[in-house]
Amino acid sequence: MDYSLLSSILHAILVASTPLVFAGLGALIQERAGVLNLGIEGLMIVGALAGFATALAGYPLLFSVIAAAFAGASLAAIFALLVLRLYANPVATGLALTLFGLGLSALAGAQYVGQAAPQVSVWTIPLLSQLPVVGHALFSHDPLVYLSILMAALIWWFLKQTRAGLILRAVGENHTSAHSLGFSVMGIRFLAIAAGGALAGIGGSYLTLVQTPLFVEGMTAGRGWIALALVVFASWRPFRVIAGAYLFGSVSIIQLHGQALGMSIASQWLSMLPYLVTIVALVLIASRANSNHAAPGSLGKTFKESR
Amino acid sequence: MMNIRSLYGLGCFFASLAFVTSVSAAEPTKIGFVYVGPVADAGWTYEHDRGRLAVEKEYGDKVETVFVESVSEGPDAERVISQMAADGANMIFTTSFGYMNPTIKVAKQFPNVKFEHATGYKRADNVATYSSRFYEGRHVLGLIAGKMTKSNTIGYIASFPIPEVVRGINAAYLAAKSVNPSVKFKVIWVSTWFDPGKEADAAKALIDQGADILMQHTDSAAPMKIAEERGIYAFGQASDQAAYGPNAQLTAIIDDWAPYYVRRVNEAMNGSWTSTDTWGGFDTGMVALAPYGKAVPNDVKAMAEEARKAITEGRLHAFTGPVNKQDGTPWLKEGETADDGTLLGMNFYVEGIEGSLP
Repeated sequence: MDYSLLSSILHAILVASTPLVFAGLGALIQERAGVLNLGIEGLMIVGALAGFATALAGYPLLFSVIAAAFAGASLAAIFALLVLRLYANPVATGLALTLFGLGLSALAGAQYVGQAAPQVSVWTIPLLSQLPVVGHALFSHDPLVYLSILMAALIWWFLKQTRAGLILRAVGENHTSAHSLGFSVMGIRFLAIAAGGALAGIGGSYLTLVQTPLFVEGMTAGRGWIALALVVFASWRPFRVIAGAYLFGSVSIIQLHGQALGMSIASQWLSMLPYLVTIVALVLIASRANSNHAAPGSLGKTFKESR
Repeated sequence: MMNIRSLYGLGCFFASLAFVTSVSAAEPTKIGFVYVGPVADAGWTYEHDRGRLAVEKEYGDKVETVFVESVSEGPDAERVISQMAADGANMIFTTSFGYMNPTIKVAKQFPNVKFEHATGYKRADNVATYSSRFYEGRHVLGLIAGKMTKSNTIGYIASFPIPEVVRGINAAYLAAKSVNPSVKFKVIWVSTWFDPGKEADAAKALIDQGADILMQHTDSAAPMKIAEERGIYAFGQASDQAAYGPNAQLTAIIDDWAPYYVRRVNEAMNGSWTSTDTWGGFDTGMVALAPYGKAVPNDVKAMAEEARKAITEGRLHAFTGPVNKQDGTPWLKEGETADDGTLLGMNFYVEGIEGSLP
């Protein structure tokens, strides 16, 4: 295998993984606040459409990303209202959000079928991009790839190093205690849901702006669900979300290249691999339930203020 | 908890049901369509829906059409099809290979409903099958690809190893090989009909490995878009995809279901419908080609047109011997053409294609 092919494979892995990084981080920040949101898929596709429509209207990438984040956050706000204020069942509401997002984007996106977004410019990092093999693969990308890594670092820093992050985690671990300490469980969860929605929206827009780049309905094709699995796989840690997403992206890209190179491993096995790894990770987590790999204590539980 | 009011409501509900059944005799013929992808996929499902619209246009008030899109192949399909039949559809078109068993199963429960299943091989008294000889189109595509490739590498994005897909790969390969003995096919199976992201990734992988012309047997226009971006060529699938690849598209196989749908609906309405097996090609208009792209040189165009004409007139068959199977065992003797039975059940690569079927 020559180096230029290796370099293109690495490059493709980063591109294929980036939507999962954003969406996974979006799910993570919600779950760390104790909110289980199964609507990631719906948030992604709404973001995908918003970003695409903005790019098509001739606005620069930054605006497309902001539009995608705003669309994701708006849809997530509906979820927040239903779950936090009206005490709707979060699982059912999340599923409904997915279906709603898919339907809404199909309806509003029908006019964009057959159109193509302008190509996103590449930010080549000077010097580093001159390195052999990894130069092109790692340092010659669209800005969103770098943003996704920056986001993971930012979220890690926020959760680990800031007081606000500590409060968010407290709400996720035990909302009753957090409430009795005087923190606004509702307010913090609302913000977490909105931020998570924005990230999922950006993840979706990466599909329509860079990876594919066109819009057709249903084009997220299950990536929202993979993002949810990634968070569990990552045991609710931001950098492990990146690792998981890249592992997933690697397996899916390498199996495509393997086929084209004529490798004889059945492609079905390779397609299964990421999911198998997730199941194994879940089993390991469950068998060490008392360790610090467990889910946030109040995850998915409805909080009602006692009056 | 059942109280007087809900009993009353239930009574009204049944009364209204009876009413609906009693007037249905005077109502238009109701025709249902089950689609595997979204209508807006700009490919396979889009063309079936154009067929549906042609039926509506032809018969106006005499028909009423309904469709359900993005129905996954499996238990879900059975639910959707039987729901459609229960809702009073007189005729149902199920438009993907994976609906075969659900269609047969539901057809047993609704003997008075006429079913039409696309690309399958199981029939019953009230289940007809139909398909197009896409491989005739693949032959022409293969000729163009063989002539135009500079790297002698054609990338092929395939969905599932069913006979229809395998046939397409073989037909295209044999044609390309006939005009370019050093041509190579790289095949990637993506195990989906519709996942634009994955199809795009597969397209990039093939291009990175040296393919300069892409063919696909999946349903989205993503590979065409990637070909356009990377400055190489591709063939549209199922529908004209020039909008996604104004420079990239060399031509496209267009599945034109309208002539068949219009004819069969008419037969259903006048009572002459029977369970048949239709397999139409260029000659019936069910397979058509999009206008050639501007990159196609005149001599290649002339060669492609000649092949298309010869196939239409029955002078040329895409599978003409001598052809060996991949393992070297002889399949077709010199001058022998493949019979439909073998083609319909094709589960082997022809000699020269690398890799194995999944």
